[in-house]
Amino acid sequence: MSDVMTSLPTLPVLLPILGAALSVVLGTSVAAQRVVALVTLGTVAAVAGVLLVTADRSGPVVTALGGWAPPVGIALVADRLSALLLLVSTLVALAVLVYAISQRIADYGRGVASSTFYPMYLVLSAGVSLAYLSGDLFTLFVSFEIMLTASYVLITRRTTTRTIRAGMTYVTVSLLSSLLFLTAVGMVYAATATVNLADLSVRVQTLSPGLRTVLALMFVVVFGIKAAMVPLHFWLPDSYPNAPAPVTALFAGLLTKVSFYAMLRTQTLVFPHDRPWTLMLWFAVATMIIGALGAVAQNDINRLLAFLLVSHIGFMLFGLGVSDARGLSGATLYAAHHITVLATLFLVSGLIVRRTGTVALDRMGGLLKTSPALAVLFAIPAMTLAGLPPTAGFVAKLQLLQAGADAGVGPTAVAAVVILASFLTLYALVRVWVRVFWGLPAPTVEDPDPDDELGVGTARTPWPMYAATAGLVVVSLAIAAFAGPLSVVTGRAGEDLVARDGYRVAVLGSPR
Amino acid sequence: MSPLHSTPDGEGTDPPRSVPTSEPDTTPFESWDRPRTAWLLPGRCRTPRRRTLLLEATSRALFPTILVFSIYLLLVGHYGPGGGFSAGLVAGLAFVLRYLAGGSTDPGAVITIRPPVLMGVGLTISVLTALTPMLFGAPVLATAKLTVRVPLLGDLGVVTSLFLDVGVYLLIIGVVLDLLRALGSGIERDMRAAGEPI
Repeated sequence: MSDVMTSLPTLPVLLPILGAALSVVLGTSVAAQRVVALVTLGTVAAVAGVLLVTADRSGPVVTALGGWAPPVGIALVADRLSALLLLVSTLVALAVLVYAISQRIADYGRGVASSTFYPMYLVLSAGVSLAYLSGDLFTLFVSFEIMLTASYVLITRRTTTRTIRAGMTYVTVSLLSSLLFLTAVGMVYAATATVNLADLSVRVQTLSPGLRTVLALMFVVVFGIKAAMVPLHFWLPDSYPNAPAPVTALFAGLLTKVSFYAMLRTQTLVFPHDRPWTLMLWFAVATMIIGALGAVAQNDINRLLAFLLVSHIGFMLFGLGVSDARGLSGATLYAAHHITVLATLFLVSGLIVRRTGTVALDRMGGLLKTSPALAVLFAIPAMTLAGLPPTAGFVAKLQLLQAGADAGVGPTAVAAVVILASFLTLYALVRVWVRVFWGLPAPTVEDPDPDDELGVGTARTPWPMYAATAGLVVVSLAIAAFAGPLSVVTGRAGEDLVARDGYRVAVLGSPR
Repeated sequence: MSPLHSTPDGEGTDPPRSVPTSEPDTTPFESWDRPRTAWLLPGRCRTPRRRTLLLEATSRALFPTILVFSIYLLLVGHYGPGGGFSAGLVAGLAFVLRYLAGGSTDPGAVITIRPPVLMGVGLTISVLTALTPMLFGAPVLATAKLTVRVPLLGDLGVVTSLFLDVGVYLLIIGVVLDLLRALGSGIERDMRAAGEPI
């Protein structure tokens, strides 16, 4: 591989940081800020595409920062799993950015610059990229901190009393999990004298089984909190819905999936399971059922979606719990689909709230007549999330179910729960459909607090906001249309995760 | 009001919304984001009784020395204790000292550059330094040692990571100045608004 190619994994991290720096310098020219943000994320998406193709054709692309070879130096690794998720995440971030720019123009006017929004958006993207690409535990910790620090700013900007309370829960829980993360990294280093993931996967084999289990469980808890795994999910439905629509969509699409990716990476590479992992299957059952039941009980459309987000994390945990190549492949495909569909649904919810002026389902109605475009934009991702054929959700769920059914009695039973949770999801979304789109048109509710960013600008919705949402719907449909080649790639990614040797050889130069 | 005007939380808003008090607040805090504003200078003097002359005089004498020391730390950082981060903190502390002694009235501590610009420029320099080795076919973040012939001084060895440190140096100074603005001038403004003596 050429020199440029081996340096390519650094670009998705460094370019957004450069973009953030430039948009701070250009703080007074909002047009330049917009261009910088769009160009940066567009370039990162292109780089992610190249990385995916390269990783699929000729194995993981590894960068040793500063030329210091791992395990001593820091390595950035783009294999099939991380490159695929990086590509999907960046596309979603780009679409949400278009939506956000258009909303800001509509609500604040064309000339209003921001010294926080664009820089923090780009810093968050840099953190997400670094999390996907980092080849060692400590860099993973740093990437989570970059990501979370930016998210603290985005969730508490232009705060009201209500949003600051929600923000405090989010910040406190995130700080706590970061503290646990750092402790776990310290313990791993104390036990093995390395934080490089590839090196670690070799060295943990010398540890006693008890110690190994404790370390593995530490990481399950850390990433479980961040990925909103039941019973560690309590903070998510309270915090996400209180942010502005684009921010919620970004968080819902990216942050929990990055945490799931980190769990997937550590639990397959460092602490692998030969047989189905009973504990993780139980977590999956609890997450799917409690999330879906919580969604059924909600009247607030954003809270409902937040509970569905939690519920569908359980589907991915199920794939991880099955622990064979097909289960992991299904989980990867599901994560890619889930990033797109959840972001889309939150953007659509933002569009709905702009029309109705309220998040309460019982105060909306008749949108099918007044805004048929919105109905189409809601219906497609809703069917995708529920997993109705022929959508991407169906394809991903089918893979998970097949993997579960072939893996023994326990996973088969959980596969039945997957179907039950899908029906509950469908029920919750049909409730939204009936309340919001059917019935008599309800009058627009006045914004109680025009100063906060929630529900602002109920009068106008510029077309780029629809276009960005529609773009995400198209991405989601493309995942369904190209499900064949895509599941070939995720299938190879699943085999990589089980085999582990490819990753080790790419990073360390020998499987040892 | 120019369309470029922004309030400290980063959002441009209409003045009646962001300023709840009846009389318009004319302190620079409101317009810190506007370029070329002397943000540490409120345009009025502290009550003479509250001045601490000794501290004020000492800090003015120490100010240049501390700044020179910070640059020494920046340059020596590659081989000895120091580096961009600690040098930036030391330089920032020089401004903190001026602020503690003179409050926001000290004309010597007037900054005409916006702190966020300082941060942005610093970060840009650092990232570009990290990316430059790619142009020479070397790994990202790789360093090289250059020898520069300077008249009178002879050959000087410059490690390219110095540029990264310079970026960090500017970034940290920017952060400290921004903290001074938000937690120093900002609190003073709130106290003034509440009618408390400063």
